[in-house]
Amino acid sequence: MPPAIATTEVGRRFAGRWALRGASFEVAAGQTVLVQGPNGAGKTTLLRVLASALEPTVGAVLLHGQSAISQRARVGLLSHADGHYDDLSGVDNLLVAARLGRVTGGVDVVLERVGLSSRAGDLVRTYSAGMRKRLAFARLLLKAPDLVFLDEPYAALDTEGQLLVDALLAELRAGGATVMVSTHQVARVAPRCDAALVVENGRVTSAAPPAVTVGGNERVSRIPAPGGAP
Amino acid sequence: MNEALRECAAMIGKELSHLWRARARVAGTAAFALATLLLFSFAGGMNADLLRHNAAGYLWVGLLLASTLSLGESFRVETEHNALEMLLLLPVRPAAIFVGKAVGNLVVLLLVGLLMIPLCVVLFDAAPREGVGKLALTVLLGTASISAPGTMHAALASRARGRDLLLPLLLFPLVVPCVIAAVQASRACFTGDAMGELSSWLAVLVGFCVVHWSLGALLFERVVED
Repeated sequence: MPPAIATTEVGRRFAGRWALRGASFEVAAGQTVLVQGPNGAGKTTLLRVLASALEPTVGAVLLHGQSAISQRARVGLLSHADGHYDDLSGVDNLLVAARLGRVTGGVDVVLERVGLSSRAGDLVRTYSAGMRKRLAFARLLLKAPDLVFLDEPYAALDTEGQLLVDALLAELRAGGATVMVSTHQVARVAPRCDAALVVENGRVTSAAPPAVTVGGNERVSRIPAPGGAP
Repeated sequence: MNEALRECAAMIGKELSHLWRARARVAGTAAFALATLLLFSFAGGMNADLLRHNAAGYLWVGLLLASTLSLGESFRVETEHNALEMLLLLPVRPAAIFVGKAVGNLVVLLLVGLLMIPLCVVLFDAAPREGVGKLALTVLLGTASISAPGTMHAALASRARGRDLLLPLLLFPLVVPCVIAAVQASRACFTGDAMGELSSWLAVLVGFCVVHWSLGALLFERVVED
């Protein structure tokens, strides 16, 4: 059985600058992987390339042994840009995703799940940043993907919203989805992860067990990525 | 085939729903086009024959200028919060996305074009001698000929800096044959089709539509995939 995610020397260049290069690693199906690293390290680029939202400049990404683009129906991406239409209501945004995604029903359920039922009929342009993030989660849940890429899922959310993300992560894990989550809230996410990737200066510098909290500080054992960049 | 049609229908539904919610975009485009006609009428002065003779040209130049506003706006909403990226991650063919966007743009341009006809009658004394039906058909084929390549090039320009400048620079040279055909067909409608040339110009527009709608459906994936 092929790994859920397999990358070979993947690199992505923007305007002559490599945002990501030499990324080679594998993630087994059903694993939850923490992606960590400083700002501008290339975490967002890595997740977007894996989700096939960006084409790699070099290298290859295989999802379940197939090209990433062919597996898009199985992919869920929660990105910095939420992908909503401001002039449509929250429920209309989800209905668009449902119709195009061949999903029947479930819109009301996911709106209830993310706590947006009471504002579902309002235009998205009237939503706060946290509500937009909740709506993005609702769209992701509606698609029910088994390959999930979450980029800063806790950003802009209040305490209740952050607890919701914790619960969703646990649900995805229990449901057998393969999840890669990039966050600076390492201590919060690490206990829910099977492994961690560290990205620095556009390179995946290590693959490791999840961070271990020692006296309030996060510490990651450095293990070279299999076939990864030096 | 049924799946492709279902995807196209879903995308068209999404575009029309969005257009209805953002109908200020249609109103703004129409106001711009009507203002352009007014400017042409002032520029033409008091020479009624000149205005009547050039009415078809004024109609299509006004419509072409207005189309750049509408086409650019149609992709601004897709790139503003990366909605296009989310669309591409759904199991929907890029060709269906093209058809949905192009039909949405066609609806806007067609509405604006039909609104411009009565103003042409008032401002330029250019009543359609061949009947309103033939002129409306010309406007339909002409706007369809603009909306397909316009959608492609609006998608192409949408990720570029200076996209508002880039879109007309890319689009205008491409649609010159369509504009010439649309002007000639409209002129035949306004002044009378004494030489029987209307059907020939309409055939040119149909050919232009077939080529550009087909090319758009085939090539849109290459344009929007990063």
